[in-house]
Amino acid sequence: MMRHPAAGAADVERHAQEPKGMRAEVDAREQRVLGRIEQARSRPAHFRDAQITMAHGAGGKATRTLIEGLLVPAFGSASLGELADAGTVRLEGLGLALTTDSFVVKPLRFPGGSIGELAVNGTVNDLAVAGARPVALTLALVLEEGLPAEALRAEVEAIGAAARTAGVEIVAGDTKVVERGHADGMYVCTTGLGVLDPRASLSPRALKPGDRIVVSGPIGAHGTAIMLARGEFELDAAIESDTCSLWPAMDALLAAAGPGLRCVRDATRGGVASALNELALASGVAMLVRERAVPVDPAVAGACEILGIDPMYVANEGRLVACVAPELADAAVAALCRVQGSERAAEIGEVRSEPPGMVLVETAFGGKRVMDLLVGDPLPRIC
Amino acid sequence: MKFVDEFRNPELGRALSAQIAAEVEPRRHYKVMEVCGGHTHTIYKYGVDDLLPANVELVHGPGFPVCVIPMGRVDDAISIARGPGVIFTCFGDMLRVPGSSGTLLDAKAAGADVRMVYSPLDALRIARDNPDRDVVFLAIGFETTAPSTALTLMRARAERIPNFFCLCNHVTIVPPLRALLESPDLRLDGFIGPGHVSTVVGGRPFEFIPTDYGKPVVISGFEPLDVLQSVHMVLRQLAEGRCEVENQYTRVVPYAGNPRALEVLAAVFELRPHFEWRGLGFISQSGLKLSAAYADFDAERRYPVPGIRVADPKACQCGEVLKGVIKPWECKVFGTACTPERPIGTCMVSSEGACAAYYNYGRFARERQVV
Repeated sequence: MMRHPAAGAADVERHAQEPKGMRAEVDAREQRVLGRIEQARSRPAHFRDAQITMAHGAGGKATRTLIEGLLVPAFGSASLGELADAGTVRLEGLGLALTTDSFVVKPLRFPGGSIGELAVNGTVNDLAVAGARPVALTLALVLEEGLPAEALRAEVEAIGAAARTAGVEIVAGDTKVVERGHADGMYVCTTGLGVLDPRASLSPRALKPGDRIVVSGPIGAHGTAIMLARGEFELDAAIESDTCSLWPAMDALLAAAGPGLRCVRDATRGGVASALNELALASGVAMLVRERAVPVDPAVAGACEILGIDPMYVANEGRLVACVAPELADAAVAALCRVQGSERAAEIGEVRSEPPGMVLVETAFGGKRVMDLLVGDPLPRIC
Repeated sequence: MKFVDEFRNPELGRALSAQIAAEVEPRRHYKVMEVCGGHTHTIYKYGVDDLLPANVELVHGPGFPVCVIPMGRVDDAISIARGPGVIFTCFGDMLRVPGSSGTLLDAKAAGADVRMVYSPLDALRIARDNPDRDVVFLAIGFETTAPSTALTLMRARAERIPNFFCLCNHVTIVPPLRALLESPDLRLDGFIGPGHVSTVVGGRPFEFIPTDYGKPVVISGFEPLDVLQSVHMVLRQLAEGRCEVENQYTRVVPYAGNPRALEVLAAVFELRPHFEWRGLGFISQSGLKLSAAYADFDAERRYPVPGIRVADPKACQCGEVLKGVIKPWECKVFGTACTPERPIGTCMVSSEGACAAYYNYGRFARERQVV
């Protein structure tokens, strides 16, 4: 050990109390800067990118810029502006929900599911979380030259089985074949039609401070299963995709908490974090998530820990996030827990008024941090 | 998770927080620099600074390799990646680091074969699988990641793989710390030392900090309790008028370092006369290049790299942020022109960069919170 004569003495002098008011002035300047940033965040997005990169498809900020800055203005549809999982159409007194989706997952089959099953469930779930009972699907297959017939047969069977389970009929379809190298085996494009359920009227605008945030079960399994199935990590973990139809869970929610159900989102690309950010931005409220209350399976938590990825940002294919009036939150969670696949539903946080448009996390360690929209793909950190 | 959750125990965190509060002099303002980006990430991810008294400020140092890569080096990488038949491999963080005209991600979108890998061995595997194409690995990092690059190159030589090349940007930790300490505008009381680097180099290389500059150093682990305990140890040294290198991370870091890793580094790399650091300028003997014995694998010999020095954008104040002279939010372009999705400076690129960490995690008004 050594003592340094200069240690401490000069520093104490140098750090003699800051002039009165300086601290407050610094805080005020920081607040002004942060205020400017929040203004910039809530401004309409402008799409200025020179080309499409993978980040535009990752469900984070770049995706939002593409949709809000290029697509929505070009189509000028009021319903589209809500950026919900499904659009609603009123037709001679009947409320319908309509959604469309493409599935480009690699590999085609993964633990717990496959592209075919995903296509049906993903489409059905977009209808379900919009408060609509799924009724019918259309299906377009883009097949790559050289795809083994066996692989196609397996997917077609998976599509049929998933549709029967979800109680939807496949009423129309299309098939295209592209040259070798122009698709990863197969792409599946769907359209889903559902009938709006009268038990609730869902919109981000209905969110109020005090509402509770509920998830329908442990998060992050699907994205983690896919990442491990790609075989890039040499990690071996028994993690299966959570892909399933969310209509039974949604039906239970509507029955238990219909009048108090404000808004529901399907936490797919970008995970629970992105779903909550979209709601916060669309409604102008804040969200507070208690990290300790968020259910994550130990295997998923372990894999994400090793990869340096936050499970809150990892895709799910059978998990919904619901905002519920406080007096009905317990009933909502109890109802979800009685549905197969949602037994571990939990309340994870609440809606607040401040700071508007932001999602905060109370960390398991006792601190707080912002949980913003994702930038690009969730890339593992290196050291 | 066993052996992890124990280091994230909130009750212990609160107890340490109280001990730290009892340790500080209320009239004094403390600035402690965590050198390593991994610590920065932990601090924000867990909200560690919420558990510190208001007069203890953590300053985020230059210890994240992505944040110190100058634009010219990124341009060199992109120029190699665009070469005919090249498969260019790098860690994920590097994909979004801006060069003077775009990133490696942009080069990928424009047709270059750029692939993200998780270790240099993945890049070597790609070289084995594609014998008719050149595979270039962009090596970055301090002494933490350099041994894995070195071992990969040793394996490439042993297996006589002729199409594997390394664009080496490895750097060493001590020269930039010395440069920081020499900087006239630096105002720091002590350092949280880099745990991962220390697993290789040990504690001795940091002894010049207390000896020559009179600042305490505590080598720290990466869990939130590690960081809190290390802050406490730095403050205790200051309170007791002590000044030395202490090792909080004894469960991983041997004070003598890892002799085998150091041998491997000495065999494969040699010091460059000087290397440019983003925001800090040229620092002599701070960068590594492939030694003569491994020259055949050196991408800089294989390809004509432009090697043009690109000055940091005028508006960018990464250098001052890295030195702790200003806080991220005090930078002129922070959060407006420079954001994680459109970074101007490297501090905004990776979640371990000081600015991105503050923007992503630390950016909210505590006063405005209704708790």
